[in-house]
Amino acid sequence: MQSDYMSAWDISKGIAEKKFSAVEIVESHIKRIKERDGEIGAFLTLCEDEALAQAREVDEKISGGRPVGRLAGVPAAIKDNMCTDGIRTTCASKMLEDFIPPYNATVVERLLDEDAVIIGKTNMDEFAMGSSTENSAFRITKNPRDITRVPGGSSGGSAAAVAADMVPVTLGSDTGGSIRQPAAFCGVVGLKPTYGLVSRYGLIAFGSSLDQIGPFSKTVLDSALMLEAIQGKDERDSTSYRGEYQKSYTDSLGKDIKGMRIAVPKEFFMDGLDDEIAASVQESIKCFEGLGAKVDEISLPAAGDGLSAYYIISSAEASSNLARYDGIRYGYRAKDYTNIDELMEMSRSEAFGTEVKRRIMLGTYALSSGYYDEYYNRAQKFRKVLKGQFEDVFRSYDLILGPTSPVLPFKIGERNSDPLQMYLADVYTIIVNLVGVPAISIPCGRSTEGLPVGLQLIGPHYGELRILQAAHAFEQEIKLEL
Amino acid sequence: MNFETVIGLEIHAELYTKSKIFCGCSTKFASKPNENTCPVCIGLPGTLPVLNEEVVRLAVKAGTALNCRINNVNKLDRKNYFYPDLPKAYQISQYDLPMCSGGHVEFECEERHVRVRINRIHIEEDAGKLIHLEEEPFSLIDYNRTGIPLIEIVSEPDIRSPLEAVTYLRILKSILEYGEISDCRMEQGSLRCDANISVRPVGQKEYGTKVELKNINSFRELQKALEKEEKRQIELYRFGEGHKIVQETRRWDSGKGRTVPMRSKGEAHDYRYFPEPDLMPVIIKESTVDEIRGSLPEMPYEKAARFVEEYRLGEGEAEILVGDKKLSEFFESTIREGASPKAAANWVLGELLRIMNEADLSSADITMKPAYLHRLISLVESGTISNTAAKEVFKEMFESGGTPEDIVEKKGLSQISSKKDLEILVKKVLEDNPKSVEDYRNGKTQAAGYLVGQVMKASQGKANPQMVRDLLMREL
Repeated sequence: MQSDYMSAWDISKGIAEKKFSAVEIVESHIKRIKERDGEIGAFLTLCEDEALAQAREVDEKISGGRPVGRLAGVPAAIKDNMCTDGIRTTCASKMLEDFIPPYNATVVERLLDEDAVIIGKTNMDEFAMGSSTENSAFRITKNPRDITRVPGGSSGGSAAAVAADMVPVTLGSDTGGSIRQPAAFCGVVGLKPTYGLVSRYGLIAFGSSLDQIGPFSKTVLDSALMLEAIQGKDERDSTSYRGEYQKSYTDSLGKDIKGMRIAVPKEFFMDGLDDEIAASVQESIKCFEGLGAKVDEISLPAAGDGLSAYYIISSAEASSNLARYDGIRYGYRAKDYTNIDELMEMSRSEAFGTEVKRRIMLGTYALSSGYYDEYYNRAQKFRKVLKGQFEDVFRSYDLILGPTSPVLPFKIGERNSDPLQMYLADVYTIIVNLVGVPAISIPCGRSTEGLPVGLQLIGPHYGELRILQAAHAFEQEIKLEL
Repeated sequence: MNFETVIGLEIHAELYTKSKIFCGCSTKFASKPNENTCPVCIGLPGTLPVLNEEVVRLAVKAGTALNCRINNVNKLDRKNYFYPDLPKAYQISQYDLPMCSGGHVEFECEERHVRVRINRIHIEEDAGKLIHLEEEPFSLIDYNRTGIPLIEIVSEPDIRSPLEAVTYLRILKSILEYGEISDCRMEQGSLRCDANISVRPVGQKEYGTKVELKNINSFRELQKALEKEEKRQIELYRFGEGHKIVQETRRWDSGKGRTVPMRSKGEAHDYRYFPEPDLMPVIIKESTVDEIRGSLPEMPYEKAARFVEEYRLGEGEAEILVGDKKLSEFFESTIREGASPKAAANWVLGELLRIMNEADLSSADITMKPAYLHRLISLVESGTISNTAAKEVFKEMFESGGTPEDIVEKKGLSQISSKKDLEILVKKVLEDNPKSVEDYRNGKTQAAGYLVGQVMKASQGKANPQMVRDLLMREL
């Protein structure tokens, strides 16, 4: 597609070796964004001045002989649900259209600590609710592989920005597949780390027990590099992982995967899976076998039943998380209210989009007295059963493999009218969030129409290294043109 | 028909921590509006709570002091409701697994031995404060109080009269003060009380319909509000209108001295409790509970027994003193400075309480040093000042915080105890009053009183009366 692509890895090396300056890199990427984003619509906010100032700082460090971070001068974009100090953070909602956070999310701090350059904020489904980025209050993002199609969601802007080579790396958030599904749709790499590995502090909450931040990139190496930068214990997030962290992923990517045991749940290949995707995944399995992995078909009986549990838990948490947007302290406030109840009701009615309202109502209902046991409690019980089944599989296998999405990127507007059809696009990814394990989506082929197909590799808790090694070996083997 | 009143109290106490329950903001009272706030406690998007461990320690302390079982595995829950003083639109609290359960408090009240069982104690965060300006079409919000840690202590319906309720609250307050769990300043809202009350015919097993009373800010108001509501319910039953008592929440209007309906059961909130996903379960080890229990300071009932034993105080005196922790500490410090327990008790229970009551002050307002009271007592015992003068000095000491010696000096209150000075005075009075001297010598002993009075008058009241009497007797 474009020939001017440079990976984050190469950019940071080149800058450190003074082959080019951070300012040159940032300027060229801003130029590309200005040329391409009118058509794609990946960005909501571009922070040109701030980015150039940051780039100059990096160049000064280098010319002064001072040490620089592992992402020195790398232009990165952030999904617009992560708080950036002084830069508006909207969640693609009218509710937060003018919200300027007074603090940085921990991940943003960590990127800045590694001398990355934050170039802008990317489009998404409002409050990360959706699978197509069509629920943004501000703009439609188009799939750079076929601009009549959606980029997936909810992190569609972050996936599209990488796919269109506007930036080499971005951050997304994944509550039920919001990194992996758009990665599959846009033909890029998307990693959802283990719940707790990356701090959620500053990530505007959707489903608190499911949300996790992760990177998009064109190469597995770049995602590994990003993960090294953003992971780590955070005192401000009580759910942050307290154990030992893998110091480096990039160091051990080249390792072969001979003898790796891979499980393929047969439930992933039932009704509703696109034939071309199924064929592509079967090809990938052969490739893994060729690399020396041992692949078995297994059964994960609960895998097909995750959808309702997921929508109950995530919506219940969302109904509570989104209650703070009442028009009192910040965010949208309605005009013609006559009392406090009206102020809150009207502000919420006017500023939230249809999908957000649908989930708030669903979640509120599921938590209501008299329904709690039947819905929320049952969903939590299912979650335990599902966890148990995953643990069983990981006692005998290193990874679980399957398609990322049952469908190819669909046309803009095609699934808008039927929320259930939309929800089905997440059937393979949501179970991963319910269990809390890590998973990656990597490109594994193309449909006859040339649309990207994503392969999902799921690992046990804190099994990121294993996932990245397998993904890297596969990527090197199939050498897809991206 | 005779009726029995059934009362249960729900008490909220702000915990005595330096920082808030989920962020590092100060808990200091009377800061400027919204001064003690940060992105976390005003619930800005993306922020997360981190539990202050001191809160858990203090809650466990309260639990052990009130004879509760401490639960080892605890979770926090979200209580969801919309109100402008609640920035996240949910309060982080505890629903089905409170930190402490099954405790009790025992006391005597009007000849009845009362045992109030404590159902539960749980931790939660406080909300902000709305300030309504009558002249303005809007309200102001102060979020300083948002996130101040609270414990809620819920009693069983074991209380049988408004007076018992007040006594129970007093005892609970002193236990929380002694444990340094809460500073319990009702006037500042750091101790708040809601009351559930119902009445039933004596002998009936089932409880009557209960009414919850809110917005009670002092012991006096608690008693008044309960008496009013008790009367209302009994009257309704007497007239066969018992069905008009509905399960509802009523707000106590202290200005008007009556309760007004707030909401009925039908309008009750559905709080949609669910486990707080942003916080991990709180595990309290048995060894931690033992350590906290072992380090509990002396409790009021223990102190009262000790006062009776060690200082020979009457039980009533001891109870008054220990009922107010600061007062009892002031009393003991005075003794430690060297004062006799009897004199110290007389001053503290007499003059000190009288002045405090008159000025409507609490023991927290005492600035006078215990050492000064001891020195004042010494001045009286050595005869340097009279008892009457000492009361004047005491009042001045209480108000200005000055030393007794300075005040005596400044006011010229010291007694003339110098024998030489007194002899001169006595001689002069005897010379000036030959008639009285004559009378006395003729057996009219009451003339001596007159002569003492004359010497006192001549000394402008500063003469030591005992010495004057002794000297006069010798001269006569």
